Amino acid sequence: MSVAQAEPRGARAPGWWGMALFILAELTLFGTALASYLYLRFRAPTWPPPGVEQPDVVLGAIATVLLVGSSLPMLWAERGIERGEAVRMRIGILISIVLAIGFLGIQGYEYATASFSWRSEAYGSLFFTILSLHGLHVIGAILIVGWLEVRSFAGHFDREHHAAVQVGALYWHFVDIVWLAIFAVLYLSPRI
Amino acid sequence: MATATEARLEEIWAEEPGPVSWFTTGDHKRIGSRYIVTALVFFFLGGLEAALMRWQLAQPGATHLTPEQYDELFSMHGTTMIFLFITPLFTGLANYLVPLMIGTRDMAFPRLNAFSYWIFLASGIFLYAGFVVGAAPNGGWFAYPPLTGPIFDPGINMDIWSLGLIFLSISTTAGAINLIVTILKLRAPGMTLARMPLYVWAMFVTAWMMVLAMPPLTYANVLLQLDRNLGTHFFDSTAGGDPLLWQHLFWLFGHPDVYIIFLPAVGIISTVIPTFARRPIVGYPYVALATVLTGIIAFGVWVHHMFATGLPPLGLTFFAAASMIITIPSGVQIFAWLATIIRGRKPVVTTPFLFAIGFIVVFVIGGVTGVMFASVPFDQGVTDSYFIVAHFHYVLFGGAVFPMFAGLHYWFPKITGRMYNETLGRWSFWLIFVGFNLTFFPMHVMGLLGMPRRIYTYPPDLGVGGLNLLSSVGAAITFAGAVIVSINAIVSLRTGAQASANPWGAATLEWATTSPPPHYGFASIPVVHGRDPLWEQPELASDLTLTDGREILGTTVTDAEPEEALAMPEGSVLPLLTALGFGGVFVSLLLGSVPAAVLAGLMTLAFIGAWTWRLGGVPA
Repeated sequence: MSVAQAEPRGARAPGWWGMALFILAELTLFGTALASYLYLRFRAPTWPPPGVEQPDVVLGAIATVLLVGSSLPMLWAERGIERGEAVRMRIGILISIVLAIGFLGIQGYEYATASFSWRSEAYGSLFFTILSLHGLHVIGAILIVGWLEVRSFAGHFDREHHAAVQVGALYWHFVDIVWLAIFAVLYLSPRI
Repeated sequence: MATATEARLEEIWAEEPGPVSWFTTGDHKRIGSRYIVTALVFFFLGGLEAALMRWQLAQPGATHLTPEQYDELFSMHGTTMIFLFITPLFTGLANYLVPLMIGTRDMAFPRLNAFSYWIFLASGIFLYAGFVVGAAPNGGWFAYPPLTGPIFDPGINMDIWSLGLIFLSISTTAGAINLIVTILKLRAPGMTLARMPLYVWAMFVTAWMMVLAMPPLTYANVLLQLDRNLGTHFFDSTAGGDPLLWQHLFWLFGHPDVYIIFLPAVGIISTVIPTFARRPIVGYPYVALATVLTGIIAFGVWVHHMFATGLPPLGLTFFAAASMIITIPSGVQIFAWLATIIRGRKPVVTTPFLFAIGFIVVFVIGGVTGVMFASVPFDQGVTDSYFIVAHFHYVLFGGAVFPMFAGLHYWFPKITGRMYNETLGRWSFWLIFVGFNLTFFPMHVMGLLGMPRRIYTYPPDLGVGGLNLLSSVGAAITFAGAVIVSINAIVSLRTGAQASANPWGAATLEWATTSPPPHYGFASIPVVHGRDPLWEQPELASDLTLTDGREILGTTVTDAEPEEALAMPEGSVLPLLTALGFGGVFVSLLLGSVPAAVLAGLMTLAFIGAWTWRLGGVPA
């Protein structure tokens, strides 16, 4: 019996499975957060409470486009390193990071200008806690792919060896896609 | 006599002797043993807390303990037994056994494994520091707000509790992910999912449940922290919040957690009984399927902990039905064990076998009272009484501690290389069995007579003084039994007979290695053709030895076809440093110092950066 000596990639790599399971735990965390929001929402007579202005859906939509859009250059970067094109990977990751920073900028503006705070009532507590929870994940994802960028300059990735890039990118896509559910619940659901 | 292959493997896998490897090891056997020993220390502490409570309750109107002390004791007793003893103990046992049972050389992520252990140790110390600073958690292991909110429990007691549990959840989640990937990717060639030992099935389902059940608890604790320290209103009914939100989130974790505790025990029993009944388990597919079903249904029954909170009757009916259905897979397993004993040869009665039988008896009693709670009106009648205390000790002590003793005796020869003393083993079993029933059976009656839970004393005219004294005597007997187990372990470690590779004549792969196993586990990767390899295959070894470096074999997820040789990392001190970094973050948060938390956070990131520097890229 003989076995291959090549580095395992994609779903053959234990690291990929480790990240997939971590994402499952994170999905449960966000699922719990959104379920808590809906639980308190349906127990409240009016939502949002009287006198509270809804968050700006247009601004939220722009942020959504930036963040979900950042998955495209990330995919482009992954395809690049699969062909051994490290420069293309670096450019793709950089564009993704810039888009995500744009997203965080809009979130910051939201904090600064909202008519309610996390201290005002349960509605504000829910809104800002879920927004912060996700924002921290975006920062985490930027740190992960930023670290891949640094390691790429140190020559760590080539056509044969880039399992870490696939694993990091998987997390990036997760943080983007889970935002769609948050956007739907925090920005859209109170309007229906 | 060591062959050339074994000498080469020893050279690759052995660790530097001396204290350095204490802080750097990634060997699943050392980490597993550490988990077990640390968890047993917490078992002792939790037992001590119970003993103090039984001392107080032995007579009506006793004043040995103040109400405040009693609150801290029952809170830490529950927290210790659930979070710091039984779950880490079973994690540790799985750490030791699963790689051996599936025929590989280590866990999938050895450094992450070390990290999980260090986080467990650090969070345990964090939770116990409350006693040192005179502010131990005091809101029960369930921590219901508003009682634990900023108004009614203003000290740092519950901050220690909720931060400590968030801290610990890092360890639980990382350990569970490691176990799942190990089981999915590292099984020996030929060990398809349908040939996995039932213990591995049980730990597999348990680990999935941990991944899915910890986030609700963590999120609930984050919300409690925010309510307590940043002025949010999640559980504040005066500002749109709801204390019941806590109960939903807590029990959405808490009921699956009952099975996170119980399923590893089931796995142990399904291993011990066939060994001593001398035949393969009856109904293997049904037992495996029952394990999976239990894991799934467990997520749909949490509201039966909340039948007395005024929820709508339609919802209660649904959860009552689910709670009754979950008895079916448990019943399937119990009948499979009984059938295995009946259809087997005359069983070899050893200490592990006795504890397994003791488990079945006690667990069936706990199961019967459990079905009674699924009936909503009965539950509402006995809620918050000692009947509940009796029930959950029958299922938790009976359902987990008896199997734990079965497992610890059963694998003692494998782990230590020595046989335990059978006479002492029997003494400890009978003391624990009699002591346990004497402690907890009277509590059913006390509960029906109206004795409420979580009270530090009771008046003489309640008429439960005699029963309480009986219960306290039982606790002393149980404690004596546990002391004999410890004496047996310590004495046998030094003077026990040398254990052969397979002293019980068991069927699973861990018994193919020497006792204790060498650093590399298996000299050649075994190839498996059935469910009971050591009974079915005289020749296990293959020509695959992987002696080019620190390597293990990756196989496909369902059929365990060989794929690649996977390079494994050397030991490292970075997991310990990262765990200490996290510890710094949590201590800073407890002290309310943002700059310290940021500093500790940056240090943690630097350690993670160093740790991941060469992962998944061009080999260094």
